Amino acid sequence: MKPAQTTLRGSGWLRKYAGHYQLWIMVLPAVIYIAIFCYGPMYGIQLAFREFDFSKGLTGGDWAGFKYFEQYFNSPMFWPTLRNTFIIAFFSILLGFPMPILLALVVNSIRSNRRKRILQTTVYMPYFISTVVLVALLQIMLSPTTGLLDGFLKALHLIPADTNLVGDPGAFVPVYVLSGIWQACGWNSIIFIAALSSVDGQQYDAARIDGANRWQTVWHVEIPAILPTIIILLIMNMGNILSVGFEKTFLMQNSLNKPVSEVISTYVFNVGVKSNQFSFGSAVGLFNTVINFTFLILANSLAKRTSKISLM
Amino acid sequence: MVAVIGIAAFIMVAYPLYFIIIASVSNSTMVNQGQVILWPKAVNFYGYEQIFKDSRIWQGYMNTIIYTVLGTLLNLLVTLPAAYALSQRKFKARRFIMPMFVITMYFGGGMIPTYLLIRDLNLLNTPWVMIVNGAVSVYNLIITRTFFETSIPEELHEAATLDGCSHFRYFLSVVVPLSKAVISVITLYYMVGHWNDFFNALLYINTDRLQPLQIVLRNILLSNQAFAGGAGSGAGAGAGSYAQQFADQIKYAVIIVSTVPVLIIYPFIQKYFEKGVMIGAVKG
Repeated sequence: MKPAQTTLRGSGWLRKYAGHYQLWIMVLPAVIYIAIFCYGPMYGIQLAFREFDFSKGLTGGDWAGFKYFEQYFNSPMFWPTLRNTFIIAFFSILLGFPMPILLALVVNSIRSNRRKRILQTTVYMPYFISTVVLVALLQIMLSPTTGLLDGFLKALHLIPADTNLVGDPGAFVPVYVLSGIWQACGWNSIIFIAALSSVDGQQYDAARIDGANRWQTVWHVEIPAILPTIIILLIMNMGNILSVGFEKTFLMQNSLNKPVSEVISTYVFNVGVKSNQFSFGSAVGLFNTVINFTFLILANSLAKRTSKISLM
Repeated sequence: MVAVIGIAAFIMVAYPLYFIIIASVSNSTMVNQGQVILWPKAVNFYGYEQIFKDSRIWQGYMNTIIYTVLGTLLNLLVTLPAAYALSQRKFKARRFIMPMFVITMYFGGGMIPTYLLIRDLNLLNTPWVMIVNGAVSVYNLIITRTFFETSIPEELHEAATLDGCSHFRYFLSVVVPLSKAVISVITLYYMVGHWNDFFNALLYINTDRLQPLQIVLRNILLSNQAFAGGAGSGAGAGAGSYAQQFADQIKYAVIIVSTVPVLIIYPFIQKYFEKGVMIGAVKG
């Protein structure tokens, strides 16, 4: 430790916080941005409890209490939107979370550096495709008349011949979740590959001497090594459990699959922005945020209690 | 076993990408009949020709390039200095600035309050909303800060301070040149974010002239708006339509033309990935 370099002479609080004016200048643009664009909307949350008044702006209307929350809870869209959001989120985590770990274990066990690199480069790539393009690809590939993948699945009798993967409500969640895995699995595996690369080679040697086979090595050496990373990422994902990707859901939505594809965020967009029900939309959005936050805190405290690992 | 999974993963990802390429230069009818599997058939560039005639695509391309270049520049100008300041242990204020930033990763005002804020700031329907909104990603900031903390030795700063070097100068002439890895990575993140940005435009832009590529793509690829043969009218399906059999070929070509710029940059930055990215994220 060396003494703090102070450029302003002061005492106590002022000295402690105002000492580094250059650092303050460097951090200031970010602070201003976050204050306006992140905390500004948070301040605007009160709109969910107010009547929106065009002439008075974001926070000028009369207080309305929980009127708009009650309106949402009593609306026929409450259960469908909540249920759809949960189902999509649940399956995305259940199937989407373990896959990158599996892929990382596979990549890590490839001996040839060249093959490893080719596989990695390839599986990262879909991550750079935009959501619009991904959904367009799905539509072309899954077209019931001309789609390549659709024809392939039908030829193998993996799906019944009359299935329409683009419109069928029953196909929406599987298509959403599996295409999500296709797009992000490689990318999400990077962090586990990085964590695995830090495993000490001696641990592998020790395991081999103890007579461990491949699976035992995975179980006793590799999994423990990446467990902290797994837990942290799981907590972070839990905090976003209901933030089901607005873009992809919105783009995949059509009149046929709407009963299963209308999630909270698309509903907020449709009633809030499109029909100008600003107060109602804010209330629905706030409900979503509060549930997310609750999940984050729950997952975090659970992890803290069971494994002593936590975000905060 | 491992080899099988590895090869399966490779094929599942690589084949669809390869298929788009060969389908974009093949006869559409043969593609739809499932004859184009391994090699392109009846090669022609009709899809690409149509795109080159379509002014909407070029307008969208132009707009996206402008948003991406200016937006990424702003991202870096705001993120890098802030990450540096927050990486300094002596900077006590980071104890409350950091949590203030992190909270925003998990808690926000939501779509409507944000929309109204943008409206009140008079940013609706201006290019600025595409550039300024999202100026800082807290995630990227944390990655960068952690890189500065763990990869740049404290002793360097002490030596520089002894020589009378200010924070500004130290940051510009020592930290930035030593941080190429993490700077490339967050530049890529930010660029891809701007390039693929659809949400901001959907919400905040409704002038045709200002629409970025992704909105144009959505109109062509998903809403099936017909190509207007270069007129760029943006009118719905039916206006100056092209032969239906070429529709898919044009779509494949559009997908390639709009994705290639990002894919070209990616291999150059890839070598920094594991090194740069994860130092940040693992330690949060």
